[in-house]
Amino acid sequence: MTTLSIPSPRDIIGPAERGETENMVLNMGPHHPSTHGVLRLVVELDGETVVDVAPDIGFLHTGIEKTMESKTYQKALVMTDRMDYLAPLSNNLSYVLAVEKLLECEIPVRAQTARVLLTELTRIGSHLVWLGTHALDLAAMSVFLYAFREREQILDIFELVSGARMMTSYFRVGGLAYDLPADFIPTVKQFIDTFEPRVDEYEDLLTNNPLWLERTVDVGKISTADAIAFGLTGPALRATGIAYDLRKMTPYTGYETYDFDVPIGQNGDIYDRYLVRIAEMRQSLGIVRQAYDRLIEMGPGPYQTADRKVAPPPKSEITHSMESLIHHFKLWTEGFKPPRGDAYICIESPRGMMGTYVVSDGGPRPYRVHFRAPSFVNLQALPHMARGRFMADLVALIASLDPVLGEVDR
Amino acid sequence: MDNATVLNRLRDTFGAVVSAPDERHGDLKVCIEASRLPEVGRWLRDEADLQYTLLENLCGVDYLGRLPRFEVVYHLFSFQNAHRLCLKVGVPEEHPVVPSVTSVWPTANWHERETYDMFGIVFEGHPSLERILMPEEWAGHPLRKDVPLGYEEVAFTFNEDRIYAHKPFAKE
Repeated sequence: MTTLSIPSPRDIIGPAERGETENMVLNMGPHHPSTHGVLRLVVELDGETVVDVAPDIGFLHTGIEKTMESKTYQKALVMTDRMDYLAPLSNNLSYVLAVEKLLECEIPVRAQTARVLLTELTRIGSHLVWLGTHALDLAAMSVFLYAFREREQILDIFELVSGARMMTSYFRVGGLAYDLPADFIPTVKQFIDTFEPRVDEYEDLLTNNPLWLERTVDVGKISTADAIAFGLTGPALRATGIAYDLRKMTPYTGYETYDFDVPIGQNGDIYDRYLVRIAEMRQSLGIVRQAYDRLIEMGPGPYQTADRKVAPPPKSEITHSMESLIHHFKLWTEGFKPPRGDAYICIESPRGMMGTYVVSDGGPRPYRVHFRAPSFVNLQALPHMARGRFMADLVALIASLDPVLGEVDR
Repeated sequence: MDNATVLNRLRDTFGAVVSAPDERHGDLKVCIEASRLPEVGRWLRDEADLQYTLLENLCGVDYLGRLPRFEVVYHLFSFQNAHRLCLKVGVPEEHPVVPSVTSVWPTANWHERETYDMFGIVFEGHPSLERILMPEEWAGHPLRKDVPLGYEEVAFTFNEDRIYAHKPFAKE
């Protein structure tokens, strides 16, 4: 366990500055196309081989946790979209569930089903960006164009329900922001009907492609025990051959009622991570189908909790009920006040375990919010996997971990 | 594995080191004496029926005006039992030092750096306790409650001396 070290940039630059090493120190990033954002890597190279690498982060730190402390619970929600901007609805869900846990409020089944449907679409959308950029990093240009074509369909669905393509803020504490629009069902239907053969198309381009295999098979291997020691979660952990998925282990939002498999790999290399994510897209599509069928079966219904201390009353009530008017006024001027205490919830985001820790002091603003960002934690395993590999493998490794720097730095 | 079993196991082995159990919202949270933390952590990780192999989350909280002022919160997850356990450690303001758990869970490395960066809590035994998100030259620890939400003052010739005095890196 003690050999699992995570160097800091100083560990590499320091000796080099004192002339204590024959090796070359290369600065990669923060503005480098293959670092997927503003990630800086300090790489110690012996020829073409990576001796050590130290990630340097914080370039995108915007103080999201501090800012949230001065906003009401409902207003702080918009900050969560801006962390993992490729999976905004997963972040929304994690935060919303944590606050709902503090409030102990019940969410209507219809809202929960819509949440499951949209988070799984988010997972597919996020994996599509990963697939496109990963292939792009390894010089397979066309996959990117195909992947973004389908992502566009998903973003259109998000735009339909929330008005925004990326910063949706659609899940609110107590349910959804608005009811699902009438066009929602046919648009989702169109996606469900067309997506499955498209995944086959991606697989045709990559799965048996000799160039792709050359760059990914047996590259960046990690064992299950090491992965857990580094806190590596999500597809990268499952690629090591273990079916650890929070949707199965500690189900939330009714995931226990859906029928799906947890895809796993065998070797824990980049190729297995690729296979796991591709299989996850298919499984997610299956969950979307089930949620879609349930939504049709349910028909129209409530999309927010009936607890008027949390969710506003419908417009029709406000016009003739004084009590409703007061509730509406109180909610929009002051916000709701969860009881004193703290709550932690962790969900399975496209990148791994996405945790939210909320502390309430009994006031209308969160006393403290902390996010366990999967990208932040996963990045720690990078040096361990990159040592002894070629520089070009490092690029493939970053892409296979799929970090979103907005979430790393928060 | 339910909360009561875990709590009893902890109490049998560590006695008074474990205090103030709380089971609200169905999650088990216990307070631990800071000095015994790595020992408790190693035991929780290695015990065959518990196996809290994943340190899922580690963060600080500043309860300004309460004693002790800071709290470090550890969320452990056991894949074997699909069970989550929350450990809390109180940290006094005048001596904000907690033993590092990087030797138990290597993943604590960046979490502890972040908590040091944001709250100024020192993790004794950490291999390289440096700032991670804020610039190296930054003065103060931004998530402390006595740090106001500030703004960046624009440097003009009439006030640059005063601004650069507390921001030496801005000149570069």
